[in-house]
Amino acid sequence: MTSTRTAELTLPSDKQIRIVREFDAPRELVWEAYTTPELVRRWWHARRGEVTSIAIDLRVGGSWRYAMTTTEGGFEVAFHGEYRELVPHERIVSTEVYEGGAGGTESEALNIVTFTEADGHTTLEILMQLDSRETRDAVLATGMEDGLQDALDLLEQTAAGLR
Amino acid sequence: MLISAYDAPMARAATTTDVFNAVAEPQRRALLDALTDRERAVGELVRDLGLSQPQVSKHLRVLREVGAVEVRVAGRQRLYRVNGQALRPIHDWVGGYEQLWADRFDALDDVLEELKQREGADGDDEHTNG
Repeated sequence: MTSTRTAELTLPSDKQIRIVREFDAPRELVWEAYTTPELVRRWWHARRGEVTSIAIDLRVGGSWRYAMTTTEGGFEVAFHGEYRELVPHERIVSTEVYEGGAGGTESEALNIVTFTEADGHTTLEILMQLDSRETRDAVLATGMEDGLQDALDLLEQTAAGLR
Repeated sequence: MLISAYDAPMARAATTTDVFNAVAEPQRRALLDALTDRERAVGELVRDLGLSQPQVSKHLRVLREVGAVEVRVAGRQRLYRVNGQALRPIHDWVGGYEQLWADRFDALDDVLEELKQREGADGDDEHTNG
């Protein structure tokens, strides 16, 4: 009952993003939902589009790739990486590359995901380690698109009204 | 959702006019942190943060120029405080990414509910539709 169910985002340093969320389920199930392709397909879209591909080769040195098409604009968004460390039901360390980043740069992030269970609830922590502050800022800006588009539309209407 | 969206909103203005750049500097963020609970004088900031007086003054000037801090004169002291309104764009900016994960996790909740029901049924019901 103490579950807050709110994703909490903090920036522990210039090159890090930390996301924490508690789930009302034991960690074996959270792990399963987090690492099984058919299940990841059902939540990774974040209600912003349609998942087109989820590939997970869950072993150290194995690769992963997630792709989706956004509802707004119909863009393909894809990420891939490699598993570096796996402790079942506890910890995943993997690399992450955004395919087609701004300016053609492909910087690699290191993600550390930990699953901690207490009283049947699981706390999921995702710590993203980026290679620079600029990359971190670029990642943070990804959530802005809708708001930015709204703002641009509004600006356009306003400008049209001034003519 | 797209990182390429970065190009448009993040085209940076000069440090002195862009609150994002102003708070990108770690020492300036430390100053803002120190000012969040109450207003403080320069001397106090110098002592608490272990920076030199010229450093603190320089950073405060930049923060004032973007409106991130405000100053008032009280007797012989100049007291600085955070202006939350000026920091709002940063909050909104980070908030969008936070919302992305919030939506993702809400969808994950639904998946977990189904997995829990499957565990509960424990084989009676093989139709856990995936």
